[in-house]
Amino acid sequence: MSIGHTLLGLLESGPRHGYDLKRAFDEKFGHDRPLHYGQVYATMSRLLKNGLVEVDGVESDGGPERKRYAITDAGITDVSAWLEQPEKPEPYLQSTLYTKVVLALLTGRSAADLLDNQRSEHLRLMRTLTDRKRKGDLADQLICDHALFHLEADLRWLEMTAARLDQLAEVVAP
Amino acid sequence: MTPDGSLLVAQDLHKTYGSTPALDGASFSVHPGEVVAVMGPSGSGKSTLLHCLAGIVTPDAGTITYAGREISSMSDAQRSALRRSDFGFVFQFGQLVPELTCLENTALPLRLNGVRRKAAERTAREWLERLEVDDIAAQRPGEVSGGQGQRVAVARALVASPKVVFADEPTGALDSLNGERVMELLTESARSANTAVVLVTHEARVAAYSDRDIVVRDGRARDLEYVV
Repeated sequence: MSIGHTLLGLLESGPRHGYDLKRAFDEKFGHDRPLHYGQVYATMSRLLKNGLVEVDGVESDGGPERKRYAITDAGITDVSAWLEQPEKPEPYLQSTLYTKVVLALLTGRSAADLLDNQRSEHLRLMRTLTDRKRKGDLADQLICDHALFHLEADLRWLEMTAARLDQLAEVVAP
Repeated sequence: MTPDGSLLVAQDLHKTYGSTPALDGASFSVHPGEVVAVMGPSGSGKSTLLHCLAGIVTPDAGTITYAGREISSMSDAQRSALRRSDFGFVFQFGQLVPELTCLENTALPLRLNGVRRKAAERTAREWLERLEVDDIAAQRPGEVSGGQGQRVAVARALVASPKVVFADEPTGALDSLNGERVMELLTESARSANTAVVLVTHEARVAAYSDRDIVVRDGRARDLEYVV
């Protein structure tokens, strides 16, 4: 995910301090991986240098100085461009799992057991996500659903591969 | 040896249709209140396993014990009585009686157990409310959506407080959103009533609502819980 674009987008509703930005980001997008302060300030100084944000004011209230950032017109254009650009689909053609399956076949180990173990591991995670989804709000549900659909796709691949192990063994035989 | 505290245990089941083996040494166990998913590719024997466990089909060999009683040695009449008193069922399609309203459909298991109409329909209505479909109580199955019909089917499966609900691809005919809601309601209701669920599905996202899963391949079930 582009942290720069996300922070820019959050600034569109009005100027904010770095701390507010971090809090808004963590609350909406950072469930598993909250931002570090260092990341926020490094990102903001890059955006400032590129003219996508400007300093809207500096407060100190007796403590350290706090900058308030505002998005510029160039920043708004940048957010629009990012939202309009589709994400590149990731085809995972060089999957570690595929490599493991072939190696198991080549070395006379059980590829079926390997696939079964992976299957249980995937389903265990799916169960955890489903539970979290059940207890969470709509945002939680959507985040978990995204992960669940990807895990489900992996599982379907595991099933297909399990059903074709004999064929695969012939193809990859030395 | 059987797993401690199991409600329903199957050991080494074999079943052949013609010359096709459907079950070839399948074992299974479920505890009270536990949701177990039975997974596997089409034709792997998972539905046959469910039918054997529910006493609908008699296996050629192997034993099935429910609450300490051997199901395979019961008479047909004893088995149907057991199904009526202790089991509930949800299938993929066509399970509601088209001539009855959704409320009457839901009350049916209670009526078959001899409960009077008024009391049966009162309990049925409570279940329809719980499944969020009390607004269609007076309609017939042909007049409601697939998702609503399936919720009625779940209400009917749970209405007589069964000890085990057998669900065979209960969301197979529904879109993702409706399917998920049906699974949520089914598993929540079953857990709160300490009802065990045997859930046959080939969909991982549906199986993720279970506490545990077993895989059936070529008629053999791997139940990791099961100690031989």
